[in-house]
Amino acid sequence: MARINSAAELEERRLGILSKRDPNKLCIAVCNGNGCSGRNEGIISVFTEELGKQSLDGKVDVRATGCHGFCEKGPFVVIYPEEICYTGVTLEDVPEIVAQTVVGNQVVDRLVYTDPATGEKAVRQSDIPYYKNQTRLLMGNNPMINPKDIDEYLALGGYAGLSKALFEMTPEQVLEEIKKANLRGRGGGGFPAGSKWETTRNAPEKVKYVIVNGHEGEPGAFMDRALFTGNPHLVLEGLIIGAYAIGSHLGFIYTRHDSPELLANIRTALKQAEEYGLLGKDIMGSGFDFEVEVHFDIGIFVSGESSALMRSIEGKAPEPTPKYIRTSVSGIWGKPSNLNNIETWANVPQIISKGSEWYSTIGTERSKGTKLISFFGNVCNTGVVEVPFGTSLKEIVYGFGGGIPNGKKLKAVHFGGAMGGSLPASMIDTPLDFDGLAKVGAQIGAGALMVLDEDTCMVDLARFFMKFLSEESCGKCVPCREGVRQMLNILTNITEGKGKEGDIELLEEISEVVGEAALCSLGRTAPAPLLGMLNYFRDEFEAHIKEKRCPAHFCKNLQ
Amino acid sequence: MDNAAIDHIINKYQGQARFLIQILMEIQEENRWLPREVLKTVSEKLDVSFRQVMRIATMYKTFSLVPKGHNEIHICMGNACHVRGAERLLKEVQELTGIKPGETDSDGKFSLEIGCCRGNCCSGPVMEIGGKTQDKMSPAEALKNYE
Repeated sequence: MARINSAAELEERRLGILSKRDPNKLCIAVCNGNGCSGRNEGIISVFTEELGKQSLDGKVDVRATGCHGFCEKGPFVVIYPEEICYTGVTLEDVPEIVAQTVVGNQVVDRLVYTDPATGEKAVRQSDIPYYKNQTRLLMGNNPMINPKDIDEYLALGGYAGLSKALFEMTPEQVLEEIKKANLRGRGGGGFPAGSKWETTRNAPEKVKYVIVNGHEGEPGAFMDRALFTGNPHLVLEGLIIGAYAIGSHLGFIYTRHDSPELLANIRTALKQAEEYGLLGKDIMGSGFDFEVEVHFDIGIFVSGESSALMRSIEGKAPEPTPKYIRTSVSGIWGKPSNLNNIETWANVPQIISKGSEWYSTIGTERSKGTKLISFFGNVCNTGVVEVPFGTSLKEIVYGFGGGIPNGKKLKAVHFGGAMGGSLPASMIDTPLDFDGLAKVGAQIGAGALMVLDEDTCMVDLARFFMKFLSEESCGKCVPCREGVRQMLNILTNITEGKGKEGDIELLEEISEVVGEAALCSLGRTAPAPLLGMLNYFRDEFEAHIKEKRCPAHFCKNLQ
Repeated sequence: MDNAAIDHIINKYQGQARFLIQILMEIQEENRWLPREVLKTVSEKLDVSFRQVMRIATMYKTFSLVPKGHNEIHICMGNACHVRGAERLLKEVQELTGIKPGETDSDGKFSLEIGCCRGNCCSGPVMEIGGKTQDKMSPAEALKNYE
């Protein structure tokens, strides 16, 4: 395919793609996300075969898409243009779908979603309450595009944001727009992306780098992978716009090595973007050059930390370094390096094409836009949702999550994995907000929400997190290496009935030292979940120690 | 793994030392583990000290310095799988295969690894064999398919 050399040519290309399409042609979109693909391997070829039997080759498109988000009810199959949505589709269902729906234009009733609460059926995907109640600005296109085909992204207006940035705006204006939108980093801290970009842009070194943090090491966080695998060009477009604003000509994608589909889609996207002249030298004829390299985490948690990640990109061991100078000033090879996570970059194109004013209307006063939340644990539905900031946790757990299974009661929700915080059920009305949640001790983190029922022992959970961190600590600094290990020992003793008076105070003391003295945020935030649990569930710790009793009846030695 | 194969991978990265991690990763993908003499060759060709190569090869958990079994079993120990019984699953697989995490059985059929979140929390507790999720199957049934 020929290069695109101007904004007008991009628009021409888009119209060209649309004109070749028949809007009434049937398209079977099969979810190929992580959850669905494991359950229906080979479904695409079964569809193709079945269509062949009905002599429909070429008359119906079959598209493998990224994650649709409602993983619990997967595998998903959506038939466009009518958007007929089937849930829990197995290989055996394929002949019936082809015969009934594709040939006969009938809906296969038994595969249609039924709302467990009301018994109502929803034939179209967008009528299912799970989807209807979301604001899917980032994830919404996942069912509608084949992530391996740049044309499908272009057809939906892809790279229009980049085109606008390159031809209608100066780098300063792009930066200003991101600052005005108050886009905050989605990776954990919620640091304003615009300020970070500005720091890198204004740093004295001429060579600057931009990085996509696609490490997503936080257990239970799978929304970034769902987004990046399903719509890689969205993230890439955001990255190129950011590079233009910052003045960077080399970017890095740092991502997981263990997701073959993600890797394949990233590589295809980079190749196609380069062929189309959207990446590489003289992007779209604007004179702006930008290239991207892909690097991998190779199974280590701490390499998601910014300085460790940058050492890893340099080809070194991923050990964090002290950040007296921020990585946005001195990062990879000592050059200013701006790191944002997948979701942050994915927000950039829409802010540029629709404007910061529009973006500011979504969310709360200080947390703008939408947030992807993955939720799991003791909850009826596991999946990814995209909701505006300000949505209450109750809405997420009961509305989208469908409540707690087996008639159990909610005990707590836990945000942010091993470095996050838990909130008791009584605080379930708290709205989703960076600052609001941080204030009550539950940092959003990357947005992985674990739902815990009454059978969960909070002491054991604290031990579990501490064990995870002790295994993942790189061992470079003593406070983290030793402090976490000692806290793990104490917590293990408590769960085994060997807790002593004074253990809680000792845990608090070690927590304070580790929190102050550890080198990087892995160590500094390691005590966070424990301290939160001591705050809200102190009586459980005391019952374990003083009465040798586990109130949740979970710890085996205490029953 | 012969020198030509190693050269082929190193040349893909123009012999640049900063791509050490990618190079080791590709070698492991092809060879399934990293033998000492291969690491020595890499060290010489990239002009990186053997000490540094070993440091990288031992620090990143996915790299293996011992041969791996024909079928790699991976059990997720992330918190979503933890609350759904990952420990029980691990115990059962250990009993069935007779190996512990990090080990390979004597006939080289299986090796067992534990790790963290593969992003497939809805199917938890997750066991993968050869990169494929074993969904809705007992460990015994799943292992039988790979015997």
